[in-house]
Amino acid sequence: MTAILLELAQVLLVAFLAPLFAGLLRALRTILQNRRPAGCWQSYRDLYRLFHKESLQAEGTSWLFRFAPYGIFGAFCLAAGIIPILATGLPLAPAADVIALVGLFALARVFQVLAAMDTGTPFATLGAHREMLIAGLAEPALLATLFTASLLSRSTSLSVIVAHLEQLHFALHPSMVFAAAAFFMVLLAENARIPVDNPATHLELTMIHEAMLLEYSGRHLALMEWGAQIKLVLYVAIGIALFLPWGIVPTAEIAVLPLTVPILLLKFAAAALILALVETLLAKLRLFRSPEFMATAFLLGVVGLLSFFMLGA
Amino acid sequence: MISCLPLDLATGALLLWLGLGLLGFLLGGWPALACRLVFPASSVVALLLTIAGFTALTATPDHLQLHGPLPALPWSFQIDPLSGFFLILLGLLAFAVALFATGYFRSLPGPDLRRLMLQYHSFLLGMGLVLLAANAFTFLVAWEIMALASYFLVVTEHEEVGSRHAGFLYLLIAHLGALSILLGFVILAGATIAQGGPFSAMLHAPLNPFWASAAFLLTFFGFSAKAGLLPLHIWLPDAHPAAPAPVSALMSGAMLQMAFYGMLRVDFLFFGKLALWWGPFVLVVGLATALFGVLFAAVQTDMKRLLAYSSMENMGLIMVAFGLALIFRTHGLNALAALALAAALYHALNHAFFKGLLFLGSGSVLHGAGSVAMDRLGGLIRQMPQTAFFMLLGTLAIAGLPPLNGFVSEWLLLQAFLLSPALPQSTLSAVLPLAAAGVVLAAALAAYAMVKFYGIAFLGQPRGTRYVHEAGRWEQSAMALLSLACMFLGLFPGVLLNLLHPVLLEMLGRGFAIQQGLWLTPVSAQRASYSPVIFFLGMAIALGLGFLLIWSLFGRPLRRVPVWACGFPVRTPAMQDSPLGFVQPLLRIFAPLYQAERQADDAGRWQVRIGEPVYRGIYQPLNRIVLWLSAQVLRLQQGRITLYLLYSFLTLLVLLAIWR
Amino acid sequence: MMITTQGLAWGIPLLRLLAALLLLLAFAMLAQRRLLTLIHLLAWQGVVLAAGTALVALLTGQTELWFSAALTLCLKAILIPTVLHRLLRRLQVHGDVEAVLNIPLTLLAGIALVIFAFSLAAPITALTGTVTRGMVGIALAAVLLAFLMMITRRKAISQVVGFLAIDNGLFFAATSATLGMPMIVELGVALDALIGFVILGVFFFQIRETFDSMDLQNLEHIREE
Repeated sequence: MTAILLELAQVLLVAFLAPLFAGLLRALRTILQNRRPAGCWQSYRDLYRLFHKESLQAEGTSWLFRFAPYGIFGAFCLAAGIIPILATGLPLAPAADVIALVGLFALARVFQVLAAMDTGTPFATLGAHREMLIAGLAEPALLATLFTASLLSRSTSLSVIVAHLEQLHFALHPSMVFAAAAFFMVLLAENARIPVDNPATHLELTMIHEAMLLEYSGRHLALMEWGAQIKLVLYVAIGIALFLPWGIVPTAEIAVLPLTVPILLLKFAAAALILALVETLLAKLRLFRSPEFMATAFLLGVVGLLSFFMLGA
Repeated sequence: MISCLPLDLATGALLLWLGLGLLGFLLGGWPALACRLVFPASSVVALLLTIAGFTALTATPDHLQLHGPLPALPWSFQIDPLSGFFLILLGLLAFAVALFATGYFRSLPGPDLRRLMLQYHSFLLGMGLVLLAANAFTFLVAWEIMALASYFLVVTEHEEVGSRHAGFLYLLIAHLGALSILLGFVILAGATIAQGGPFSAMLHAPLNPFWASAAFLLTFFGFSAKAGLLPLHIWLPDAHPAAPAPVSALMSGAMLQMAFYGMLRVDFLFFGKLALWWGPFVLVVGLATALFGVLFAAVQTDMKRLLAYSSMENMGLIMVAFGLALIFRTHGLNALAALALAAALYHALNHAFFKGLLFLGSGSVLHGAGSVAMDRLGGLIRQMPQTAFFMLLGTLAIAGLPPLNGFVSEWLLLQAFLLSPALPQSTLSAVLPLAAAGVVLAAALAAYAMVKFYGIAFLGQPRGTRYVHEAGRWEQSAMALLSLACMFLGLFPGVLLNLLHPVLLEMLGRGFAIQQGLWLTPVSAQRASYSPVIFFLGMAIALGLGFLLIWSLFGRPLRRVPVWACGFPVRTPAMQDSPLGFVQPLLRIFAPLYQAERQADDAGRWQVRIGEPVYRGIYQPLNRIVLWLSAQVLRLQQGRITLYLLYSFLTLLVLLAIWR
Repeated sequence: MMITTQGLAWGIPLLRLLAALLLLLAFAMLAQRRLLTLIHLLAWQGVVLAAGTALVALLTGQTELWFSAALTLCLKAILIPTVLHRLLRRLQVHGDVEAVLNIPLTLLAGIALVIFAFSLAAPITALTGTVTRGMVGIALAAVLLAFLMMITRRKAISQVVGFLAIDNGLFFAATSATLGMPMIVELGVALDALIGFVILGVFFFQIRETFDSMDLQNLEHIREE
């Protein structure tokens, strides 16, 4: 019973704190750029405003257009239940391992891309094919990273990986170093961060993620934006689970939770700071440089795999 | 009683198919009646074949020998779990395709229909006989029937030059392959080839390493010609589009798997000892095929050609799994080999279903919209909603997305790769992570290609076609059945894995644990577990709850408005991505591979033609060499009588000298 | 060279981590287009090197290694990059580094070299049997990658950076493989680097004066015609 409650708590926590994370990230970026931030709670105000606006459907679009925001949101909520954020060994965790998790993200992405192509506008299809290109290279890089962790823990279940990596304390493996570098690059690419995509841009020719949302309005747009914020939190959570797992306890030891939750929030805050720094210091890449970026991430992931196989570490 | 049922049932079903083909030929004068009668009967017979396959999985292997016209060469048939599995594949696919054909060929004129029915059923007969053959003679005769029948089906539209060219290339490569298989069988059978080369004599044949490798290479070359692996794939992209859609579905879904069946039978059962380099060789060929196939699938503008290249990619993935199984088997790790082989067999069945579904859908599009060229399609989801829905399921399945079936076989393959640290040899330890990375790259690019396939044809605004009608009831039911099969295989993978157990036992001597309930745990729950049903339910609940919550709180009816499109006043269909425009980044990144040429045509439009590097690099030079050689030989024909008399005289002298 | 078992437990993995960081930086240099970032990466490699030497000093208790670490930090992490930076500004070399091959292909070649280095190092580690498993392989890979970087670049500054990166890799191999650096070896390596540096510096100014540009392709025009 406690496990189910904990599971529900995890999903709700992720869903409702995701806008806060996005707001914190934006505020930090703004401070680093010497401007006055709008406050961490701005995302909540934006979502509130969007939910209360009227939602319009473009002519010529089909049921896919209406369905996609809910599909994406549902997929990310399911992923929030699978990734061990608060505790390992939650009831939903054995239902999907790392490969299925990547597949789940891919499913959400395909729905988004198909909904964009449904509108039939040049910008949406532009964003769609760019997204598929980035994904075509980022997904293998992500899988290579996750394989390195799986090979080390001899399992593909995220709970088992986290439990194993926690025990190792400071036994740092070279392969995990490469995996961490690759994972960070994939995080930037998949969540439409600089240097791959500018989340604040509205210039049509430089958009990837934003381009696919152009026709949405009202509650559908709110769902898509919220979904993107949840996706960022999920990727950061996977990164924490793989590379900084100390503090994620098994479900049985739930009593320790009041101690571990502040540590978790601290880790998220640190991640927000690092992301803000990276976004401020780097410039956005030209679109045809981003395959190079993704290829570098992929090949770093492969080097991680290689160093596991050939060096045994 | 049970033991003799499967073989009798199977041979009976095949004879019924032949009978139906002849019946269809005779009834050609009444096309509507013939169509309504023959094809549904054909699907019932396919069901019988499937039942035979199911019973063969659990029954003891059975044997049948008939004596034909040639006294020393008997027809020999057998059925065992391996044949049973492929009979299930063939039967289920033929069932759905025959239902589709009932509606699809309704409007074909009499003479064409009678020929088509005969050829179609001969094709099915050939494939079934290949699976039941128990000696080299029967196998090769059946192989030839399969090749010839499919040749005639490919050149159905023989008025088109393209069809004839496609047929010629197909026949050429098929016969090259058959010759190679024959030579391989001769080596394997040794002296017993005089009695027709029974498979039972070839089992674990003791051959010295040189001849074993020669037999392996010859049979692999021959079967890869049929499977469409690199570099013998050039017939695939031309032959599949030329054939009618149901035939393409059968060719892609079933015929390519016959080659896989051949490889399985030869490599796992006939060779006693596998050499170290065979497994990695198959793996590398499979990986190269998969990457080549997916890269070329992405840049096609014709729906059927795209699907043909995609078949190449999927066969490559099956070969990767097969090669991995061979590697594990060579090192004696039979449990891991069972996992890799299960992944290969699962993917073969998955491919039959989702590729069959996609080809049938393309056929519906051809009939409904008049073209399969993607630059003239678009927006079909509004005018062909049911077809579009089934095609969406097929696209999601082939892109390897959970919770459908394509994901399960990829999951199994990746799990097998992750178990490979158990291998002792260290040089493999460099190849295998690269191979795993290559597999995931191929899968990700396949998603790109298939999203393009679905999005350009079915979504957006119509680019050219105006009058579109939906597919008929027979076609829709066939596609619905295949979609259901995809969903079933995706949600309940344990069922198929338990069915595969006898097959794996036969091939490797061991299977893996029986899957229970809703969980897929091939090795152990600690190691990896996946539950598609919980996954699907979880997503459905999250989606449903989200929808209800938001609808109750913020729900209002949606208003239809013109598209915003960033405020552009004009919006034409040409402003959307064209099929090549959607993959323009790939064209740029892999430009040396594609050798794309841009030319402006008379209307001022750019035409981009993609070259075929293997054709230009290997086949055209070979062609030139062969032509040059023949030109040299032509010099013998001078036209002077005295010279011909000289040839005969010289030959006589030589023979006399030797004979003495 | 006595190492306590307690030191072994966390010291060796940390050393392996630093080795991996070195290789990561070598990859990053291979994938870099901008000259300024190349110099920064070189500086970071110097920091990693100094940290590694300091760690070995901590583990084995050899006090001379502390001086070595301090020297490495001053020279490789601070002094040389500053000099290169000043050189860049004085020569007014702008713009991207043009790689001879495109970056993904270069990285693929890098991976092939990594496989080669690892497979080369495998019998060596089996022979020594000490706890430096994998370190020789990683250091060798870093050296080969720096060499590849030198081959695939056109601007002269990047050749110097590559040369210094090779030196870094060799230095790390020496410290990590033997857990200590004989003074002779260190002096010899440092002298090599100094001489190479001086010669290359002289070359730079000559090239710049003759051709008004730092592009090495101009050197190809000097031929016996």
